[in-house]
This record gives sequence, C-alpha cells and structure tokens, in this order.
Amino acid sequence: MESLHSIFVAPFADMFAAPDFFLQVVWEGLVSGVLYALIALGFVLIYKSSRIFNFAQGIMVVFAALTLVGLHERGVPALLAVPLTLVVMFFLAVAIERVVLRPLVNQPDIILFMATIGVTLFLIGLGETIFGGENKVMITSELGIPTGSWIMEPFGGFVSIEQKDVTAVVGAVILVVALLVFLNKSKMGRAIRALGDDHQAALSVGISLSTIWVLVWFIAGIIALATGIVWGARAGVSFALEVIALKALPVLMLGGLESVTGAIVGGLAIGILEKVFEIYWGQPLLGGNTEAWFAYMLALLVLLVRPQGLFGEKIIERV
Amino acid sequence: MTPTTAPVPDTAKPILAVNNIEVIYDHVILVLKGVSLSVPRGGITAILGANGAGKTTTLKAISNLLHAERGEVTKGSILFEGQEVQSLSPNTLVRRGCIQVMEGRHCFGHLSVEDNLMTGAFTRKDGAAAIRDDLELVYQYFPRLRERRTSQAGYTSGGEQQMTAIGRALMSRPKMILLDEPSMGLAPQLVEEIFEIVKKLNDEQGVSFLLAEQNTNVALRYAKYGYILESGRVVLDGEAKALRENDDVKEFYLGVGGEGRKSFRDVKHYKRRKRWLA
Repeated sequence: MESLHSIFVAPFADMFAAPDFFLQVVWEGLVSGVLYALIALGFVLIYKSSRIFNFAQGIMVVFAALTLVGLHERGVPALLAVPLTLVVMFFLAVAIERVVLRPLVNQPDIILFMATIGVTLFLIGLGETIFGGENKVMITSELGIPTGSWIMEPFGGFVSIEQKDVTAVVGAVILVVALLVFLNKSKMGRAIRALGDDHQAALSVGISLSTIWVLVWFIAGIIALATGIVWGARAGVSFALEVIALKALPVLMLGGLESVTGAIVGGLAIGILEKVFEIYWGQPLLGGNTEAWFAYMLALLVLLVRPQGLFGEKIIERV
Repeated sequence: MTPTTAPVPDTAKPILAVNNIEVIYDHVILVLKGVSLSVPRGGITAILGANGAGKTTTLKAISNLLHAERGEVTKGSILFEGQEVQSLSPNTLVRRGCIQVMEGRHCFGHLSVEDNLMTGAFTRKDGAAAIRDDLELVYQYFPRLRERRTSQAGYTSGGEQQMTAIGRALMSRPKMILLDEPSMGLAPQLVEEIFEIVKKLNDEQGVSFLLAEQNTNVALRYAKYGYILESGRVVLDGEAKALRENDDVKEFYLGVGGEGRKSFRDVKHYKRRKRWLA
C-alpha cells in the first residue's frame, strides 16, 4: 500500500500542492523538448529525402556551434559570424554530397549509415584541429539574445523564466513554421517530399538527386546551427554535445522517422515527460538521474504498440 | 503546348534512334543483345513482347534510369534528336524533352494528385504562369484528375494513378514520352481510355510515344509501328497493320489460331515455330 501510494498518489498530490513549481518543471522540460525536436527534425529531413539515417546530425550541431564561436574568437563580429557559419555549412553539405553520397548512391542503407559515422569522426577531427578541443562559451549576448529572466507569479507562487529560453522557443517555432511552409508550398519542398516517396519516380521526372541532397543537408546544417546556438547558450559548446543526438533516437521512435510533426510532438513530449518523471517519480523513488534512460523506455513502450511511431507515415498499400 | 497546333512531323529524321545497344546488369547479366529501333517525330511506336523480353530495360536505357539499377549500356548508341544521350543524367534528358512514365505508375503516394503533377514541372524554367496553363491542360485531358486533385495519390484507383503518371510527365512539356506498360493491371475499358488519350496527345500536342506493352492487341491498334522483342533481341518489326496481319504474331501474341481450330493432338505436339529466330 505504501509503495502504491507513493507511485500513484503522492506525485500528483505534490503537483497540485505546488502548481507554480509544476509549471516551472514543465517549462524546463519544454525547453529541452524544443531542442530534441530540432535535432530530430534534422534527422527526419535527411531520412525522408534519402533514406539515410544521419548519424552525423549530432556532430553537425557541435561543428556549427564551434564554427560560430571560433569565427567570433578570430575577430569576426557576431552578427557576421552567423551568415559565415551558414556558408560553411553549405559547403559542408556540398562536400558531403560529392565525396560521400554520390559515390555511394544505390548502396544498401547500412553502408550509407556507416558513411555518416565516418562523417562524424571526420568532423570531430576537423573541429578539434581547427578550433581546439576545449569547451567554449556560446556568444549569447553578442548575438543579441537577452540573458535576463522573468519572474512570474501564478497561483501565488513564482516561476522564473529565462529570456534566452523564450528566445530559443520562439526561434525554433519560427524555424519550424518556415520549414513546413517551404516543404509544402515550394517547388523544391515538393521535390524533397517526392524523393522521399519514390526515389525512382523522382529520378524519372527529372528531379536532380544531387541538388536535392545538397539542399537537404544544408537545411539540416541550418537546423544544426540553431540547435547549437540554443544548446550552447545553456550548456556551453563542447564535443560532449554530440551525445544529445542520441536523445533524438527515442524522439524519432516516438514520432516516426518520416514525420516532421512527429519529430516536433515527439521532442516536446519526451522533453516534458522526462523532466516531470524525474522530479516527481525519479528523485523521490528511484534515486534520480532517470533522464538518462526514461526517453528510451518510453520509446520502447511506444514501439511495442505502434511500430511505425506515433506519427510515422502509414505505408499506403493498395490490395 | 497549345491544344490546336501540332508541329508538322519531320519524318525524315527520327526523334529517337537506338542503334544496336547491349545492356548488362550488375556486370554479369546480359539483358539486351543488340536492340535497334527508331521512333519518327510525332509517331507512336510500340515495343512488344512477353515478360522479361527486355522492353522495360530498353526504355530505361533510353531514359538513363538504368544506372539506378546497376545496369549499363555496354555497346551501341542512343540518339535523341540526333544527339548522343548516353552520358546525360535523367534530369538533363527530361530538360531536353524525353521523359519516361514508369511501369507500375510510380506515383508519389503521399503527395496529392496535384502535387504529383506539379513535380513533373521540376525541370522547367519558363515561369509559374506557363506551368499553371499546362496544369489546366492536363486537367482538360484528364478531367478525372481535377476531381481528385486534393486526394493523396496513393489512395486513388489504378486508372487514376496511370493518368496521374502520364499527366505528370506531360507537365515537363516533353517532345517524347517513353510509356512503360500503361495497361498493367487496368480494366479493359480503362486501357482503351488511356490509349485514346495517348492518341489524342499524339495528334494534338505532337508528342512522340515509345510504348512498351504486353497487351499486343491494343498496342498494335494505336501504334503506327511495332517492334517485337524476345529475350533481348528484336525478332520482328514492321508497320502495326502488317504486324497485325502476320501469322506468327497472330499465333504467338494475339492468341488467334491460323487455319481453323487446332485439335488437342496438335496442341500436344505443338512446337513453337520461331521461323525468324532460326
């Protein structure tokens, strides 16, 4: 009885007893959820258009953030460093297409996946060689991101919201909306979706594979930079950041590999749930640090019920 | 692509000439053993033959989609409008006006019918207005697609998917369409409807067609010229009318017996007389 009570009753009682604290927890979860969603989005785009599971997405985040900070360290003004970093990410996309993807076209998926691991290792080496391996501080204030925090007082308690988190959320929303509009309304976006649906047919109507691949990897690069800035502002820029890419895996399992909506909802859901679980169940009952595994457990449970993920594309099959 | 004026067919120079090509898959499997054919400008030419005869491979060799299946043209040449096209990407070829409609439709299942059609305009650079006009034109040829424009292509019927695939190819403003098995899996009535539209497109838009078909009967009624392929070789070719009258074609491809019905004994001792292969 005692344990049942502490699992099923006490946590909820705590939530109601201190709603302001609960809000704080949800907000914190939401912010990390936005980051997970962004990373997952990078995966989804590349997977949709080329069926490649891009293991390098995590290191691209680090590389983009490093380039940005590195450029600034070398005296480039922050606001100029952003477009310059985008240029670097563009050339990275071109290089990956030319050197890695084009020679491997039509090879089994697993070979392309291994190639992205190769890209990861290469980028780690390149990043360390050029910018050094030590941790760096994200140039948050130089980029004009406010660093203060707002105190709100709902339910007579108080919730503190950092302004850079708000910027991150707003920025992510803008990025995602722009991406969705691009995918659904533009010619290139349509071609990306077409390529995801039927590779051969896309070729047959004259959609150029290399153009689309460069485009998709470049978009993934833009997303990586956005993620890098936001995450870097919270935790500093280091190669350890790469492991957050692994957090994208449960998000993808939850949301489905092909679904943009899935990546967003999955990311937010995992971000919020793991935080709430950690605070109300993990710490009092399991000794804490449940965030390390909670997302994977959740993904596993979802996989048992819906193998294609919550939002995975249903395979349309006519009988 | 204006509905009324068809360009005067320049019969002197074929729009497509395939000279003695050999295709090998995966470096080992020899599929085409020297196929030659030509399509006159403004013509409808059919490649006929059974499963595995090499019809699809021939079309893919022309449209350069073979590479995606690890196939390779190892001998011979393919000229589109007098120019060698071997080294061109499918993208460039579509730009030049030669597009393939693949066997089994291959619509983009999760895209709406209209989005499917619009992907066909990927290579075009002549502006949104012209593309809109052509979309309207495609809807005129395929009124049924207009009704289904917002449905996901994956959920439309086989006939509608075939129409979508042909319409999508039309959106690239092709001079020539390589049409692979348009009749596959369709009801006879629909097959007739699709071929009527092909003929109309040929008459009104001046689009040349090279079609691969197993349905010899229908294909020979709409095509002007035909090639019969058997295990990677052209075994017979001629005017469609002549082929329809040919005894061997009648017997092997049209399913019409020669003189009267055959007795069971005949069937038992039946041996294929491939005169032309001997």
